[in-house]
Amino acid sequence: MPLPSRRTTRRLAADAGLLAVAAAFVLPLAWVVLSALDPRAGLRVKAPDGLTLDHFDAILTDEITFTPLLNSLVLCGGATALTVVCAALAAYPLSRFRSRFNRPFLLTILFATSLPITAIMVPVYALFVRVDLIDTVRGTVLFFAASQLPFAVWLMKNFMDGVPKELEEAAWTDGASSPQSLVRIVLPLMGPGVAVVTVFSFVMMWGNFFVPFMLLLSPDRMPASVSINDFFGNRGMVAYGQLAAFSIVYSTPVILLYVLIARRLGGGFALGGAVKG
Amino acid sequence: MTAAAPHTGPGPAKSPPGPSAPARRAPRRLLPRFLPLTPALVLLLLFLAGPIAYCVLIAFTDLQLTGQAEESFVGLENFRRAFGDEEFLNAVWLTLVFTVVSSLIGQNTLGLALAVLMRRASKPVRTLTGGIVVTAWVLPEVVAGFLLYAFFRREGTLNAILDWLRLPSQNWLFTLPILAVSFANVWRGTAFSMLVYSAALSEIPEEITEAAEVDGAGGWRRMWHITLPMIRRSIGTNLMLNTLQTLSVFGLIWVMTRGGPGGKSRTLPLFMYEQAFQNSLIGYGTAVALLLLLVGSLFSLVYVRLLRTEV
Repeated sequence: MPLPSRRTTRRLAADAGLLAVAAAFVLPLAWVVLSALDPRAGLRVKAPDGLTLDHFDAILTDEITFTPLLNSLVLCGGATALTVVCAALAAYPLSRFRSRFNRPFLLTILFATSLPITAIMVPVYALFVRVDLIDTVRGTVLFFAASQLPFAVWLMKNFMDGVPKELEEAAWTDGASSPQSLVRIVLPLMGPGVAVVTVFSFVMMWGNFFVPFMLLLSPDRMPASVSINDFFGNRGMVAYGQLAAFSIVYSTPVILLYVLIARRLGGGFALGGAVKG
Repeated sequence: MTAAAPHTGPGPAKSPPGPSAPARRAPRRLLPRFLPLTPALVLLLLFLAGPIAYCVLIAFTDLQLTGQAEESFVGLENFRRAFGDEEFLNAVWLTLVFTVVSSLIGQNTLGLALAVLMRRASKPVRTLTGGIVVTAWVLPEVVAGFLLYAFFRREGTLNAILDWLRLPSQNWLFTLPILAVSFANVWRGTAFSMLVYSAALSEIPEEITEAAEVDGAGGWRRMWHITLPMIRRSIGTNLMLNTLQTLSVFGLIWVMTRGGPGGKSRTLPLFMYEQAFQNSLIGYGTAVALLLLLVGSLFSLVYVRLLRTEV
Protein backbone atom coordinates (compact mmCIF):
# COMPACT_ATOMS: atom_id res chain seq x y z
CA MET A 1 0.00 0.00 0.00
CA PRO A 2 1.50 3.35 -1.00
CA LEU A 3 2.00 5.92 1.71
CA PRO A 4 -0.66 8.59 1.64
CA SER A 5 0.57 11.91 0.32
CA ARG A 6 0.79 14.94 2.57
CA ARG A 7 -2.32 16.35 1.00
CA THR A 8 -4.32 13.24 1.83
CA THR A 9 -3.05 13.22 5.40
CA ARG A 10 -4.11 16.80 5.81
CA ARG A 11 -7.53 16.10 4.40
CA LEU A 12 -8.02 13.17 6.75
CA ALA A 13 -6.97 15.31 9.72
CA ALA A 14 -9.40 18.04 8.69
CA ASP A 15 -12.17 15.47 8.23
CA ALA A 16 -11.51 14.02 11.66
CA GLY A 17 -11.57 17.46 13.27
CA LEU A 18 -14.82 18.42 11.60
CA LEU A 19 -16.46 15.11 12.45
CA ALA A 20 -15.53 15.54 16.12
CA VAL A 21 -17.19 18.96 16.19
CA ALA A 22 -20.17 17.62 14.26
CA ALA A 23 -20.58 14.80 16.78
CA ALA A 24 -20.62 17.27 19.66
CA PHE A 25 -23.10 19.51 17.86
CA VAL A 26 -25.42 16.73 16.79
CA LEU A 27 -26.12 15.30 20.28
CA PRO A 28 -28.82 17.81 21.32
CA LEU A 29 -30.40 17.51 17.86
CA ALA A 30 -30.35 13.73 18.07
CA TRP A 31 -32.09 13.94 21.44
CA VAL A 32 -35.03 15.86 20.03
CA VAL A 33 -35.53 13.49 17.10
CA LEU A 34 -35.12 10.27 19.11
CA SER A 35 -37.24 11.44 22.04
CA ALA A 36 -40.08 12.47 19.78
CA LEU A 37 -40.32 8.87 18.56
CA ASP A 38 -39.43 7.09 21.79
CA PRO A 39 -42.43 5.81 23.79
CA ARG A 40 -40.41 6.23 26.99
CA ALA A 41 -38.47 9.38 26.30
CA GLY A 42 -36.22 10.79 28.98
CA LEU A 43 -33.61 13.50 29.07
CA ARG A 44 -30.68 11.69 27.55
CA VAL A 45 -29.85 10.51 24.08
CA LYS A 46 -30.54 6.79 23.82
CA ALA A 47 -31.80 4.33 21.28
CA PRO A 48 -35.60 4.48 21.51
CA ASP A 49 -37.48 1.57 23.10
CA GLY A 50 -39.49 1.03 19.96
CA LEU A 51 -40.95 3.65 17.70
CA THR A 52 -44.19 5.50 18.25
CA LEU A 53 -46.06 8.47 16.89
CA ASP A 54 -48.06 8.81 20.12
CA HIS A 55 -46.27 11.99 21.14
CA PHE A 56 -47.23 13.68 17.90
CA ASP A 57 -50.75 12.36 18.30
CA ALA A 58 -50.94 13.82 21.79
CA ILE A 59 -49.78 17.30 20.84
CA LEU A 60 -51.61 17.74 17.53
CA THR A 61 -54.62 19.37 19.16
CA ASP A 62 -56.06 22.85 18.78
CA GLU A 63 -55.03 23.90 22.24
CA ILE A 64 -51.43 22.69 22.23
CA THR A 65 -50.32 23.05 18.64
CA PHE A 66 -52.68 24.51 16.09
CA THR A 67 -53.77 27.67 17.91
CA PRO A 68 -50.22 28.73 18.88
CA LEU A 69 -48.93 27.99 15.37
CA LEU A 70 -51.81 29.95 13.85
CA ASN A 71 -51.04 32.81 16.24
CA SER A 72 -47.39 32.68 15.17
CA LEU A 73 -48.45 32.74 11.55
CA VAL A 74 -50.72 35.75 12.01
CA LEU A 75 -48.14 37.69 14.04
CA CYS A 76 -45.11 36.91 11.91
CA GLY A 77 -46.98 36.93 8.61
CA GLY A 78 -48.53 40.31 9.33
CA ALA A 79 -45.30 41.81 10.59
CA THR A 80 -43.32 40.39 7.66
CA ALA A 81 -45.77 41.80 5.12
CA LEU A 82 -45.58 45.20 6.78
CA THR A 83 -41.79 45.05 6.99
CA VAL A 84 -41.30 44.05 3.38
CA VAL A 85 -43.71 46.68 1.96
CA CYS A 86 -42.22 49.48 4.08
CA ALA A 87 -38.67 48.36 3.33
CA ALA A 88 -39.25 48.16 -0.43
CA LEU A 89 -40.83 51.62 -0.48
CA ALA A 90 -38.07 53.09 1.66
CA ALA A 91 -35.27 51.43 -0.27
CA TYR A 92 -36.42 52.84 -3.60
CA PRO A 93 -35.57 56.52 -3.12
CA LEU A 94 -32.47 55.59 -1.13
CA SER A 95 -31.22 53.48 -3.99
CA ARG A 96 -32.42 55.61 -6.93
CA PHE A 97 -32.14 59.26 -5.97
CA ARG A 98 -29.25 61.03 -4.39
CA SER A 99 -29.53 63.61 -1.71
CA ARG A 100 -27.41 64.72 1.15
CA PHE A 101 -29.75 62.89 3.55
CA ASN A 102 -29.05 59.45 2.13
CA ARG A 103 -25.74 58.81 3.80
CA PRO A 104 -26.66 59.94 7.32
CA PHE A 105 -29.96 58.07 7.01
CA LEU A 106 -28.28 54.85 5.92
CA LEU A 107 -25.66 55.13 8.65
CA THR A 108 -28.45 55.58 11.21
CA ILE A 109 -30.20 52.51 9.80
CA LEU A 110 -27.00 50.50 9.99
CA PHE A 111 -26.53 51.68 13.57
CA ALA A 112 -30.09 50.63 14.43
CA THR A 113 -29.67 47.14 12.91
CA SER A 114 -27.25 46.22 15.65
CA LEU A 115 -28.88 47.86 18.68
CA PRO A 116 -29.79 45.33 21.40
CA ILE A 117 -33.58 45.38 21.04
CA THR A 118 -33.86 43.22 24.18
CA ALA A 119 -32.85 46.28 26.20
CA ILE A 120 -35.87 48.34 25.19
CA MET A 121 -38.52 45.73 25.93
CA VAL A 122 -39.19 47.06 29.44
CA PRO A 123 -39.84 50.65 28.26
CA VAL A 124 -41.83 49.28 25.30
CA TYR A 125 -44.00 47.40 27.78
CA ALA A 126 -44.51 50.55 29.87
CA LEU A 127 -45.28 52.56 26.74
CA PHE A 128 -47.72 49.96 25.42
CA VAL A 129 -49.58 49.94 28.73
CA ARG A 130 -49.89 53.71 28.52
CA VAL A 131 -51.20 53.82 24.94
CA ASP A 132 -53.39 50.74 25.39
CA LEU A 133 -51.57 48.54 22.92
CA ILE A 134 -50.58 45.89 25.44
CA ASP A 135 -51.95 42.41 24.73
CA THR A 136 -53.07 43.39 21.23
CA VAL A 137 -52.02 41.56 18.12
CA ARG A 138 -51.77 44.80 16.12
CA GLY A 139 -49.46 46.39 18.69
CA THR A 140 -47.16 43.37 18.64
CA VAL A 141 -47.20 43.26 14.84
CA LEU A 142 -46.27 46.95 14.64
CA PHE A 143 -43.41 46.58 17.09
CA PHE A 144 -42.17 43.41 15.41
CA ALA A 145 -42.17 45.18 12.05
CA ALA A 146 -40.34 48.21 13.42
CA SER A 147 -37.69 46.08 15.10
CA GLN A 148 -36.98 44.17 11.90
CA LEU A 149 -37.22 47.20 9.62
CA PRO A 150 -33.68 48.64 9.87
CA PHE A 151 -32.10 45.41 8.70
CA ALA A 152 -34.78 44.88 6.05
CA VAL A 153 -34.27 48.40 4.61
CA TRP A 154 -30.51 47.91 4.59
CA LEU A 155 -30.77 44.53 2.87
CA MET A 156 -33.40 45.69 0.40
CA LYS A 157 -31.42 48.79 -0.56
CA ASN A 158 -28.35 46.69 -1.30
CA PHE A 159 -30.33 44.27 -3.45
CA MET A 160 -31.99 47.19 -5.25
CA ASP A 161 -28.63 48.76 -6.03
CA GLY A 162 -27.95 45.64 -8.06
CA VAL A 163 -30.79 46.37 -10.51
CA PRO A 164 -29.38 48.42 -13.42
CA LYS A 165 -30.89 51.84 -13.74
CA GLU A 166 -31.01 51.81 -17.56
CA LEU A 167 -34.05 49.52 -17.68
CA GLU A 168 -35.96 51.90 -15.51
CA GLU A 169 -34.91 54.91 -17.55
CA ALA A 170 -36.38 53.28 -20.62
CA ALA A 171 -39.69 52.91 -18.80
CA TRP A 172 -39.57 56.53 -17.73
CA THR A 173 -39.11 57.59 -21.33
CA ASP A 174 -42.23 55.60 -22.15
CA GLY A 175 -44.07 57.67 -19.58
CA ALA A 176 -44.04 55.41 -16.54
CA SER A 177 -44.00 57.07 -13.12
CA SER A 178 -41.57 56.13 -10.35
CA PRO A 179 -44.11 54.02 -8.42
CA GLN A 180 -45.01 52.20 -11.63
CA SER A 181 -41.41 51.46 -12.46
CA LEU A 182 -40.79 50.25 -8.89
CA VAL A 183 -43.66 47.76 -9.02
CA ARG A 184 -43.39 46.70 -12.67
CA ILE A 185 -39.64 46.70 -13.24
CA VAL A 186 -37.43 46.99 -10.18
CA LEU A 187 -39.19 44.60 -7.80
CA PRO A 188 -39.69 41.79 -10.36
CA LEU A 189 -36.02 42.05 -11.32
CA MET A 190 -34.93 41.74 -7.71
CA GLY A 191 -37.38 38.93 -6.95
CA PRO A 192 -34.79 36.72 -5.24
CA GLY A 193 -33.69 39.68 -3.12
CA VAL A 194 -37.26 40.36 -2.00
CA ALA A 195 -37.62 36.66 -1.22
CA VAL A 196 -34.51 36.73 0.96
CA VAL A 197 -35.75 39.77 2.91
CA THR A 198 -39.19 38.17 3.35
CA VAL A 199 -37.96 34.78 4.47
CA PHE A 200 -35.27 36.23 6.69
CA SER A 201 -37.71 38.59 8.47
CA PHE A 202 -40.22 35.79 8.91
CA VAL A 203 -37.66 33.35 10.32
CA MET A 204 -36.30 35.94 12.77
CA MET A 205 -39.77 36.69 14.13
CA TRP A 206 -40.96 33.08 14.18
CA GLY A 207 -38.16 32.21 16.59
CA ASN A 208 -38.38 35.39 18.67
CA PHE A 209 -39.43 34.74 22.25
CA PHE A 210 -38.99 37.97 24.19
CA VAL A 211 -41.21 40.32 22.15
CA PRO A 212 -44.48 38.30 22.34
CA PHE A 213 -43.55 37.16 25.86
CA MET A 214 -43.58 40.81 26.95
CA LEU A 215 -46.30 42.33 24.81
CA LEU A 216 -48.97 39.61 24.85
CA LEU A 217 -50.74 38.44 28.01
CA SER A 218 -53.76 36.32 27.02
CA PRO A 219 -52.91 32.64 26.66
CA ASP A 220 -55.12 32.35 23.56
CA ARG A 221 -53.01 34.95 21.71
CA MET A 222 -49.64 33.35 22.46
CA PRO A 223 -47.48 32.24 19.54
CA ALA A 224 -45.63 28.93 19.63
CA SER A 225 -42.38 30.55 20.79
CA VAL A 226 -44.03 31.39 24.11
CA SER A 227 -46.60 28.60 24.46
CA ILE A 228 -43.82 25.99 24.36
CA ASN A 229 -43.06 27.14 27.90
CA ASP A 230 -46.30 25.52 29.07
CA PHE A 231 -44.73 22.10 28.71
CA PHE A 232 -42.67 23.01 31.73
CA GLY A 233 -44.45 25.29 34.12
CA ASN A 234 -48.17 24.79 34.19
CA ARG A 235 -48.67 21.17 33.26
CA GLY A 236 -46.76 19.75 36.17
CA MET A 237 -44.80 16.68 35.05
CA VAL A 238 -42.80 17.32 31.93
CA ALA A 239 -43.66 14.99 29.09
CA TYR A 240 -40.33 15.07 27.30
CA GLY A 241 -41.55 13.06 24.35
CA GLN A 242 -44.32 15.58 23.70
CA LEU A 243 -41.98 18.51 24.23
CA ALA A 244 -39.63 17.03 21.63
CA ALA A 245 -42.47 16.37 19.19
CA PHE A 246 -43.72 19.93 19.59
CA SER A 247 -40.20 21.33 19.10
CA ILE A 248 -39.98 19.48 15.80
CA VAL A 249 -43.38 20.64 14.56
CA TYR A 250 -42.59 24.21 15.55
CA SER A 251 -39.07 24.30 14.07
CA THR A 252 -39.69 22.52 10.78
CA PRO A 253 -41.21 25.49 8.88
CA VAL A 254 -38.25 27.78 9.54
CA ILE A 255 -35.71 25.10 8.72
CA LEU A 256 -37.46 24.46 5.39
CA LEU A 257 -37.65 28.19 4.65
CA TYR A 258 -33.99 28.58 5.51
CA VAL A 259 -33.06 25.74 3.17
CA LEU A 260 -35.04 27.54 0.44
CA ILE A 261 -32.93 30.70 0.71
CA ALA A 262 -29.70 29.11 1.93
CA ARG A 263 -28.12 29.25 -1.50
CA ARG A 264 -28.65 32.97 -1.79
CA LEU A 265 -27.53 33.59 1.77
CA GLY A 266 -24.79 30.99 1.67
CA GLY A 267 -22.53 31.52 -1.33
CA GLY A 268 -20.77 34.62 -0.20
CA PHE A 269 -23.01 34.97 2.81
CA ALA A 270 -24.54 37.91 1.03
CA LEU A 271 -26.51 39.34 3.92
CA GLY A 272 -26.44 42.61 2.09
CA GLY A 273 -22.87 43.37 2.97
CA ALA A 274 -23.91 43.64 6.58
CA VAL A 275 -20.92 41.56 7.46
CA LYS A 276 -18.60 42.57 4.64
CA GLY A 277 -15.03 42.82 5.69
CA MET B 1 -44.25 66.27 -11.19
CA THR B 2 -44.46 62.92 -12.87
CA ALA B 3 -41.89 60.74 -14.53
CA ALA B 4 -39.01 63.02 -13.72
CA ALA B 5 -36.03 62.87 -16.00
CA PRO B 6 -33.45 60.35 -14.83
CA HIS B 7 -31.32 62.08 -12.35
CA THR B 8 -27.93 60.78 -11.49
CA GLY B 9 -26.11 63.79 -10.12
CA PRO B 10 -24.96 63.84 -6.52
CA GLY B 11 -27.56 66.43 -5.56
CA PRO B 12 -30.53 68.15 -7.11
CA ALA B 13 -28.99 71.62 -6.88
CA LYS B 14 -25.96 70.48 -8.80
CA SER B 15 -27.60 69.45 -12.03
CA PRO B 16 -30.21 71.83 -13.30
CA PRO B 17 -31.41 70.18 -16.51
CA GLY B 18 -32.08 73.52 -18.19
CA PRO B 19 -33.45 77.02 -17.84
CA SER B 20 -36.92 75.59 -17.26
CA ALA B 21 -35.85 74.17 -13.93
CA PRO B 22 -34.93 76.99 -11.61
CA ALA B 23 -33.03 76.09 -8.48
CA ARG B 24 -35.92 76.69 -6.11
CA ARG B 25 -37.80 73.78 -7.65
CA ALA B 26 -35.29 71.38 -6.23
CA PRO B 27 -36.83 70.91 -2.77
CA ARG B 28 -40.26 70.52 -4.30
CA ARG B 29 -38.94 67.76 -6.47
CA LEU B 30 -37.06 66.13 -3.63
CA LEU B 31 -40.10 65.78 -1.41
CA PRO B 32 -42.31 63.58 -3.61
CA ARG B 33 -39.31 61.47 -4.44
CA PHE B 34 -38.65 60.69 -0.83
CA LEU B 35 -42.33 60.28 0.00
CA PRO B 36 -42.08 56.45 -0.09
CA LEU B 37 -39.82 56.67 2.96
CA THR B 38 -42.76 57.85 5.08
CA PRO B 39 -44.28 54.50 6.21
CA ALA B 40 -40.89 53.18 7.29
CA LEU B 41 -40.03 56.47 9.00
CA VAL B 42 -43.31 56.58 10.89
CA LEU B 43 -42.90 52.99 12.11
CA LEU B 44 -39.30 53.54 13.12
CA LEU B 45 -40.05 56.81 14.93
CA LEU B 46 -43.13 55.52 16.76
CA PHE B 47 -42.00 52.05 17.72
CA LEU B 48 -38.22 52.23 17.90
CA ALA B 49 -37.06 55.81 18.46
CA GLY B 50 -40.12 56.43 20.64
CA PRO B 51 -39.41 53.63 23.12
CA ILE B 52 -35.75 54.58 23.23
CA ALA B 53 -36.67 58.18 24.09
CA TYR B 54 -39.19 56.89 26.64
CA CYS B 55 -36.46 54.66 28.04
CA VAL B 56 -34.24 57.68 28.63
CA LEU B 57 -37.16 59.47 30.27
CA ILE B 58 -38.38 56.82 32.72
CA ALA B 59 -34.90 55.69 33.70
CA PHE B 60 -34.85 58.90 35.76
CA THR B 61 -38.20 58.24 37.48
CA ASP B 62 -39.39 55.85 40.20
CA LEU B 63 -42.14 54.37 38.01
CA GLN B 64 -43.56 51.19 39.51
CA LEU B 65 -46.05 48.64 38.30
CA THR B 66 -48.42 48.82 41.22
CA GLY B 67 -49.53 50.86 44.20
CA GLN B 68 -48.43 54.25 42.97
CA ALA B 69 -50.56 56.93 41.39
CA GLU B 70 -47.88 59.16 39.93
CA GLU B 71 -44.26 58.50 39.32
CA SER B 72 -41.84 61.25 40.13
CA PHE B 73 -38.51 62.34 38.81
CA VAL B 74 -35.69 60.96 40.90
CA GLY B 75 -32.68 62.10 38.90
CA LEU B 76 -29.73 59.76 39.01
CA GLU B 77 -31.11 57.76 41.93
CA ASN B 78 -31.70 54.60 39.85
CA PHE B 79 -28.15 54.63 38.56
CA ARG B 80 -26.68 55.36 41.99
CA ARG B 81 -28.71 52.48 43.31
CA ALA B 82 -27.54 50.17 40.53
CA PHE B 83 -23.88 50.75 41.18
CA GLY B 84 -24.38 50.15 44.88
CA ASP B 85 -26.44 47.00 44.26
CA GLU B 86 -24.45 43.81 44.57
CA GLU B 87 -26.91 41.90 42.42
CA PHE B 88 -26.49 44.44 39.63
CA LEU B 89 -22.70 44.23 39.81
CA ASN B 90 -23.01 40.46 39.80
CA ALA B 91 -25.17 40.68 36.65
CA VAL B 92 -22.57 42.92 34.99
CA TRP B 93 -19.85 40.43 35.85
CA LEU B 94 -21.89 37.48 34.56
CA THR B 95 -22.71 39.35 31.34
CA LEU B 96 -19.00 39.94 30.88
CA VAL B 97 -18.18 36.27 31.48
CA PHE B 98 -21.01 35.16 29.18
CA THR B 99 -19.89 37.51 26.39
CA VAL B 100 -16.19 36.75 26.62
CA VAL B 101 -16.52 32.99 27.00
CA SER B 102 -19.31 32.34 24.53
CA SER B 103 -18.85 35.02 21.92
CA LEU B 104 -15.31 36.42 21.88
CA ILE B 105 -13.66 33.06 22.55
CA GLY B 106 -16.21 30.35 21.76
CA GLN B 107 -18.19 31.33 18.68
CA ASN B 108 -15.38 33.32 17.15
CA THR B 109 -12.56 30.81 17.53
CA LEU B 110 -14.63 27.74 16.80
CA GLY B 111 -16.21 29.45 13.79
CA LEU B 112 -12.79 30.33 12.41
CA ALA B 113 -11.44 26.82 13.08
CA LEU B 114 -14.41 25.25 11.30
CA ALA B 115 -14.01 27.58 8.32
CA VAL B 116 -10.29 26.78 8.04
CA LEU B 117 -10.82 23.02 8.36
CA MET B 118 -13.63 23.10 5.82
CA ARG B 119 -11.28 24.33 3.13
CA ARG B 120 -9.22 21.16 3.48
CA ALA B 121 -11.85 18.60 4.29
CA SER B 122 -13.60 16.33 1.83
CA LYS B 123 -16.91 17.48 0.46
CA PRO B 124 -19.30 15.07 2.23
CA VAL B 125 -17.77 15.81 5.65
CA ARG B 126 -17.89 19.54 4.92
CA THR B 127 -21.55 19.41 3.91
CA LEU B 128 -22.53 17.25 6.88
CA THR B 129 -20.78 19.40 9.49
CA GLY B 130 -21.97 22.64 7.92
CA GLY B 131 -25.54 21.33 7.85
CA ILE B 132 -25.52 20.32 11.52
CA VAL B 133 -23.93 23.55 12.75
CA VAL B 134 -26.29 25.70 10.69
CA THR B 135 -29.35 23.74 11.90
CA ALA B 136 -28.41 24.61 15.48
CA TRP B 137 -28.34 28.26 14.38
CA VAL B 138 -31.67 28.24 12.55
CA LEU B 139 -33.64 26.59 15.36
CA PRO B 140 -35.91 28.96 17.31
CA GLU B 141 -34.23 30.33 20.42
CA VAL B 142 -36.56 28.60 22.86
CA VAL B 143 -36.19 25.21 21.19
CA ALA B 144 -32.41 25.57 21.33
CA GLY B 145 -32.81 26.39 25.02
CA PHE B 146 -34.79 23.20 25.68
CA LEU B 147 -32.38 20.99 23.76
CA LEU B 148 -29.45 22.27 25.78
CA TYR B 149 -31.40 22.15 29.00
CA ALA B 150 -31.91 18.44 28.35
CA PHE B 151 -28.25 18.08 27.43
CA PHE B 152 -26.91 19.64 30.63
CA ARG B 153 -29.45 18.29 33.12
CA ARG B 154 -28.34 15.94 35.90
CA GLU B 155 -29.88 12.98 34.06
CA GLY B 156 -29.00 14.44 30.66
CA THR B 157 -26.73 13.42 27.80
CA LEU B 158 -23.55 15.16 28.96
CA ASN B 159 -23.47 13.25 32.23
CA ALA B 160 -24.29 10.03 30.42
CA ILE B 161 -21.16 10.52 28.32
CA LEU B 162 -19.07 11.44 31.34
CA ASP B 163 -20.29 8.33 33.18
CA TRP B 164 -19.40 6.23 30.19
CA LEU B 165 -15.89 7.73 30.17
CA ARG B 166 -15.78 7.17 33.95
CA LEU B 167 -15.35 10.88 34.56
CA PRO B 168 -17.12 12.60 37.45
CA SER B 169 -20.55 13.86 36.48
CA GLN B 170 -22.34 16.73 38.16
CA ASN B 171 -25.42 18.87 37.98
CA TRP B 172 -24.10 21.41 35.49
CA LEU B 173 -27.10 23.72 35.59
CA PHE B 174 -26.69 23.93 39.35
CA THR B 175 -22.95 24.09 39.85
CA LEU B 176 -21.78 25.98 36.76
CA PRO B 177 -24.88 27.53 35.20
CA ILE B 178 -23.05 30.42 33.54
CA LEU B 179 -20.72 28.01 31.76
CA ALA B 180 -23.65 25.82 30.69
CA VAL B 181 -25.50 28.78 29.14
CA SER B 182 -22.25 30.00 27.56
CA PHE B 183 -21.76 26.64 25.88
CA ALA B 184 -25.37 26.75 24.81
CA ASN B 185 -24.71 30.10 23.18
CA VAL B 186 -21.64 28.70 21.43
CA TRP B 187 -23.72 25.79 20.15
CA ARG B 188 -26.35 28.14 18.86
CA GLY B 189 -24.24 30.99 17.51
CA THR B 190 -21.11 29.45 15.98
CA ALA B 191 -22.70 29.00 12.56
CA PHE B 192 -22.74 32.76 11.99
CA SER B 193 -18.98 33.11 12.52
CA MET B 194 -18.40 30.01 10.44
CA LEU B 195 -20.32 31.48 7.50
CA VAL B 196 -18.62 34.87 7.82
CA TYR B 197 -15.14 33.34 7.95
CA SER B 198 -15.84 30.87 5.15
CA ALA B 199 -16.79 33.80 2.94
CA ALA B 200 -13.72 35.78 4.00
CA LEU B 201 -11.31 32.87 3.46
CA SER B 202 -12.68 32.14 0.02
CA GLU B 203 -11.65 35.64 -1.02
CA ILE B 204 -7.96 35.12 -0.25
CA PRO B 205 -6.17 34.43 -3.54
CA GLU B 206 -4.69 30.92 -3.69
CA GLU B 207 -1.35 32.17 -5.01
CA ILE B 208 -0.52 34.01 -1.81
CA THR B 209 -0.85 31.00 0.47
CA GLU B 210 0.84 28.76 -2.08
CA ALA B 211 3.79 31.15 -2.38
CA ALA B 212 4.19 31.15 1.39
CA GLU B 213 4.05 27.38 1.44
CA VAL B 214 6.78 27.17 -1.18
CA ASP B 215 8.86 29.56 0.93
CA GLY B 216 8.57 27.05 3.74
CA ALA B 217 6.13 28.78 6.07
CA GLY B 218 4.37 26.21 8.24
CA GLY B 219 0.64 26.07 8.89
CA TRP B 220 0.60 28.17 12.06
CA ARG B 221 2.92 30.83 10.61
CA ARG B 222 0.81 31.10 7.45
CA MET B 223 -2.26 31.48 9.61
CA TRP B 224 -0.70 34.13 11.83
CA HIS B 225 1.19 36.17 9.24
CA ILE B 226 -0.97 35.85 6.15
CA THR B 227 -4.49 34.58 6.69
CA LEU B 228 -5.41 36.48 9.85
CA PRO B 229 -4.10 39.87 8.64
CA MET B 230 -5.95 39.41 5.37
CA ILE B 231 -9.30 38.76 7.01
CA ARG B 232 -8.88 41.24 9.86
CA ARG B 233 -11.85 43.33 8.80
CA SER B 234 -14.09 40.28 8.83
CA ILE B 235 -12.76 39.46 12.29
CA GLY B 236 -13.60 42.98 13.46
CA THR B 237 -17.16 43.01 12.16
CA ASN B 238 -17.78 39.44 13.27
CA LEU B 239 -16.60 40.12 16.83
CA MET B 240 -18.76 43.23 16.92
CA LEU B 241 -21.91 41.46 15.72
CA ASN B 242 -21.34 38.43 17.96
CA THR B 243 -20.92 40.67 20.98
CA LEU B 244 -24.07 42.64 20.22
CA GLN B 245 -26.01 39.45 19.66
CA THR B 246 -24.76 37.93 22.90
CA LEU B 247 -25.47 41.08 24.93
CA SER B 248 -29.15 40.73 24.17
CA VAL B 249 -29.61 36.98 24.69
CA PHE B 250 -32.66 36.45 26.90
CA GLY B 251 -34.76 33.46 25.82
CA LEU B 252 -31.93 30.94 25.83
CA ILE B 253 -30.91 31.66 29.43
CA TRP B 254 -34.50 32.09 30.57
CA VAL B 255 -35.45 28.66 29.33
CA MET B 256 -32.35 26.90 30.65
CA THR B 257 -31.98 28.39 34.13
CA ARG B 258 -34.37 31.35 34.63
CA GLY B 259 -31.17 33.15 35.69
CA GLY B 260 -30.69 30.87 38.65
CA PRO B 261 -29.87 29.17 40.83
CA GLY B 262 -29.53 32.14 43.14
CA GLY B 263 -28.70 34.50 40.31
CA LYS B 264 -25.65 32.52 39.20
CA SER B 265 -26.59 32.90 35.53
CA ARG B 266 -28.55 36.14 35.79
CA THR B 267 -27.09 38.35 33.07
CA LEU B 268 -28.16 41.96 32.56
CA PRO B 269 -31.24 41.29 30.37
CA LEU B 270 -32.59 38.86 32.97
CA PHE B 271 -31.74 41.24 35.80
CA MET B 272 -33.57 44.00 33.98
CA TYR B 273 -36.62 41.79 33.51
CA GLU B 274 -36.68 40.63 37.12
CA GLN B 275 -36.38 44.13 38.54
CA ALA B 276 -39.08 45.49 36.25
CA PHE B 277 -41.62 42.69 36.61
CA GLN B 278 -40.90 40.50 39.59
CA ASN B 279 -39.98 43.45 41.80
CA SER B 280 -42.31 45.83 39.91
CA LEU B 281 -39.60 48.50 39.68
CA ILE B 282 -40.08 49.67 36.10
CA GLY B 283 -37.98 52.79 36.65
CA TYR B 284 -35.05 50.83 38.02
CA GLY B 285 -35.38 48.11 35.38
CA THR B 286 -35.38 50.78 32.68
CA ALA B 287 -32.24 52.38 34.09
CA VAL B 288 -30.54 49.00 33.69
CA ALA B 289 -31.99 48.75 30.18
CA LEU B 290 -30.56 52.17 29.37
CA LEU B 291 -27.10 51.10 30.51
CA LEU B 292 -27.37 47.96 28.35
CA LEU B 293 -28.53 50.09 25.44
CA LEU B 294 -25.60 52.47 25.93
CA VAL B 295 -23.06 49.65 25.88
CA GLY B 296 -24.79 48.24 22.80
CA SER B 297 -24.79 51.63 21.06
CA LEU B 298 -21.09 51.99 21.73
CA PHE B 299 -20.36 48.66 20.03
CA SER B 300 -22.80 49.54 17.29
CA LEU B 301 -21.03 52.85 16.66
CA VAL B 302 -17.68 51.10 16.32
CA TYR B 303 -19.32 48.66 13.92
CA VAL B 304 -20.75 51.50 11.80
CA ARG B 305 -17.32 53.14 11.72
CA LEU B 306 -15.77 49.89 10.54
CA LEU B 307 -18.29 49.73 7.70
CA ARG B 308 -18.79 53.38 6.89
CA THR B 309 -16.82 53.28 3.65
CA GLU B 310 -19.37 50.81 2.30
CA VAL B 311 -22.32 53.19 2.46
